Amino acid sequence: MTDATSQGAARPRTSLTAADKRTQRRNAAEKRFRLYGLAAIGAGMFFLVVLLSSIIGNGIGAFQQTFIEVPVYLDPAKLDKNGNRDPAEMAKVSTFGYNPLIQDSLYQLVQDKGIATEYEDGGDMKALISASAAAQLRDRVLANPDLVGETVEFEILAASRVDGYLKDRVTRDSITEDKNIDAGHLDLVDALLEDGTVHKSFNLAFITGSDASESRPEQAGLGVSMLGSLFMMLVVLFLALPIGVAASIYLEEFAPQNKFTDFIEVNISNLAAVPSIVFGILGLAAFIQFAHLPQSAPLVGGLTLTLMTLPTIVISTRASLKAVPPSIRDAALGVGASKMQSVFHHVLPLAMPGILTGTIIGLAQALGETAPLLLIGMVGYIATNYPDGIISGFMSPNSAMPAQIYEWAKRADPAYYERAWGGIIILLVFLLVMNVIAIVLRRKFERRW
Amino acid sequence: MPVLWLILIVLALAVAGFIAGRLRVTSAGAERPHSLPNYYGWNVAMKVMAPAFLALVVWLLVQPMLVDRQVTAGLGEGAVPEGSTLGLVMSDVRRVAGGLDTAVSRGLITAGDADAMSAADSDVRSLLGEAGVALGSDVSPEVLEAAQDYRAMNSAGNFWRSAVVILLAVGGLVWGVAQSNRDFRARNAVETGIRMILLAAASIAILTTIGIVLSLVGNTWNFFQVYPASKFFGSFTWSPSFGGGSELGIWPLLWGTLYISFIALVVAVPIGLFAAVYLSEYAGPKMRAWAKPLLEVLAGIPTIVYGLFALLTVGPLLLTVFGRDGLGWMQAGTAVMTAGLVMGIMLIPFVSSLSDDIINAVPQSLRDGSYGLGATQSETIKQVILPAALPGIVGAVLLAASRAIGETMIVVFGAGAAARLSLNPFDAMTTVTAKIVSQLTGDADFASPEALVAFALGMTLFIITLGLNVFALYIVRKYREQYE
Repeated sequence: MTDATSQGAARPRTSLTAADKRTQRRNAAEKRFRLYGLAAIGAGMFFLVVLLSSIIGNGIGAFQQTFIEVPVYLDPAKLDKNGNRDPAEMAKVSTFGYNPLIQDSLYQLVQDKGIATEYEDGGDMKALISASAAAQLRDRVLANPDLVGETVEFEILAASRVDGYLKDRVTRDSITEDKNIDAGHLDLVDALLEDGTVHKSFNLAFITGSDASESRPEQAGLGVSMLGSLFMMLVVLFLALPIGVAASIYLEEFAPQNKFTDFIEVNISNLAAVPSIVFGILGLAAFIQFAHLPQSAPLVGGLTLTLMTLPTIVISTRASLKAVPPSIRDAALGVGASKMQSVFHHVLPLAMPGILTGTIIGLAQALGETAPLLLIGMVGYIATNYPDGIISGFMSPNSAMPAQIYEWAKRADPAYYERAWGGIIILLVFLLVMNVIAIVLRRKFERRW
Repeated sequence: MPVLWLILIVLALAVAGFIAGRLRVTSAGAERPHSLPNYYGWNVAMKVMAPAFLALVVWLLVQPMLVDRQVTAGLGEGAVPEGSTLGLVMSDVRRVAGGLDTAVSRGLITAGDADAMSAADSDVRSLLGEAGVALGSDVSPEVLEAAQDYRAMNSAGNFWRSAVVILLAVGGLVWGVAQSNRDFRARNAVETGIRMILLAAASIAILTTIGIVLSLVGNTWNFFQVYPASKFFGSFTWSPSFGGGSELGIWPLLWGTLYISFIALVVAVPIGLFAAVYLSEYAGPKMRAWAKPLLEVLAGIPTIVYGLFALLTVGPLLLTVFGRDGLGWMQAGTAVMTAGLVMGIMLIPFVSSLSDDIINAVPQSLRDGSYGLGATQSETIKQVILPAALPGIVGAVLLAASRAIGETMIVVFGAGAAARLSLNPFDAMTTVTAKIVSQLTGDADFASPEALVAFALGMTLFIITLGLNVFALYIVRKYREQYE
């Protein structure tokens, strides 16, 4: 006893209300650890915010485009020498015949407004005008030959540098070495901007238009490649959904426990983790090298993406089949249904919302996938024309949304970078809509057993 | 007969068979048939379609191969000019044959003319030009002859194809209708058929794997025929030149791949793991409800977006800090660091959601025991939960590593194009996947080692990721068994 009390006297006195050093240290460690966790989540959120703001900040400009409003006098002496307004005859005048008209009209407009400028004729002002303006005017005239001889108000697409100037992408410092545009042009733009001749407006052509050549970013649009993506997604939907559902039904409901079934399951789980570029190699070797399907065709892209999304769809379909309670199957079998009838009449309809959710998510994944498309030739192809029918939509070369974005990003031109970011916004809007549909489907039809 | 017509005929026969089969059991007698009437219809339709379509598919796959082989054999040695390959000549043959077909269908020449035409006395090139097939050079007599052979064989093949398919369909129809009497167990027959279809669908997974392996192995084999494997695995330089004399060593690419993946994991694993720990152990249900989906948004963003983010946002940002104006370590925006950092961001939700599942699978009793002994929450996590979850977390990290190694778009944009062995993370390096893309895009023909090397690279990539996945799944599975 005396020993014990003498030892007790040596021990420091502790209080339950005031934490001692050791407890303080442990509590501090606890706090620190919590903070690390919060910091990690904060870092994730921070990256998300940076990513999204960089997408929106850089891409929103692509939805606005600069136009110059010019009254163009369509000179009959140049466009229709014979004067009989025959479109076939007028088609002989190429865009070179229209260029001077537009340039002179612009010069005239500048003169009329009394804007002082160092330029002496329309040819000096062509830096303001997109190279595609003449073709657009020509299309309009050929569609309506009676316009010849009149003065029409024409919204000319401004050149990409003028567009960039209005969007602060091009500055007076940055053009000192630029051969395509001078400071004088920018003065002119400033003056025209003031009286509203030059203005920015919503750029529908970016959403519906087709790709343009490397030197005309102001004309490029995503419309044709959107169609390419649509045809690809149709292939994926009509192949991956039935095949995936059939495979899952077999594995979940009918497969006997044997080596072969195990082999299929191992294959599926491995395929789900195979890098997407390997599927590109498969598509190249199997569909193009071996089966001689046309390169760059949405059909080939769709087939390749089908093989890639199948494991995803199988995995989610099996999960939703598994979620249907066995009592449903037992009840069906109990009233005399065959195994097949119980699955197709009862289990499958109950699992359908889950299956659809999984399929939509798989489709969204396929829609954004780029790497396999690079290998089957969906880049490098300039998608300038809309497909002229359903069959050519599947079979003739096209691009796809992510491939088009890749193509634009590769062109290493700030104006095309803006298009690429804008394309990403459109792509993300599609993905967002698909995911929201999936979530709504799940919320609405999800059943808790 | 075009394939589309053939398909329509078979479908029409199937519909007829369905009606006939159904009628035969419903028309006469009061005795009930074994199965519902529709099953008799489906039974006949199935017997019409299954053999016919199967034969059609096999025929469509086999005929071009056989015809190609026959025509190639008929071409002989002399037909291949200097500087060309058999493959190029064969593609000429196909184009000429296709052009003749178009010319006949447009009425420019008759079918008899097309077969009898000889290169000496008619201008085939201008004729094909009219038909919309542009040829680079004049058609040599051998090519024209081969093209005529090709057309003849194909039209014979197509005739027999139609004959066999229609015969099979009609045979199936007759057989099915003959079967349809009251005692026939139509439901069982139909259900066996459906089971076969389901099995076939499930087997597509195997076919895909076989397809991947075959396309990789075959082309890799071709590559090693034209480029020694010892140099591929032994050389430390990567300098492809399409003119020939290129050195294609894999090590610089592997080094770049592993270095970038390592940096990605250094970013993703701590952040992902701490986020998972916080979300599963500390966060209330409200915070979980918004933080988890928001983190997973990062996983749903396509990789092309991350690629652009690396190229245009992160690269320039790093350049201002570490570039010439800053610390001077970095030459250009594309670097190992850029790609690794962005890939790390992409992998955060991957690591966190996998780890979250694993941490949640640790039984509550372990936590309760630890709290009962007086441990704080963080002590419990560090000393009980994480050790218990360790194998699963290692599995998750391995899966993330395999994802990083196979990632393409981020490295195409973010990592640069120069293959080099360097330790500086601010140097531009390149990876296996980026080089697969650069060697296979464009119009390279598939015979040069510079294009074929992509398949060898793909093979390497496939084996590495497959190994990692199998290993990771093994670890995860083994761990799961402990608590179940």
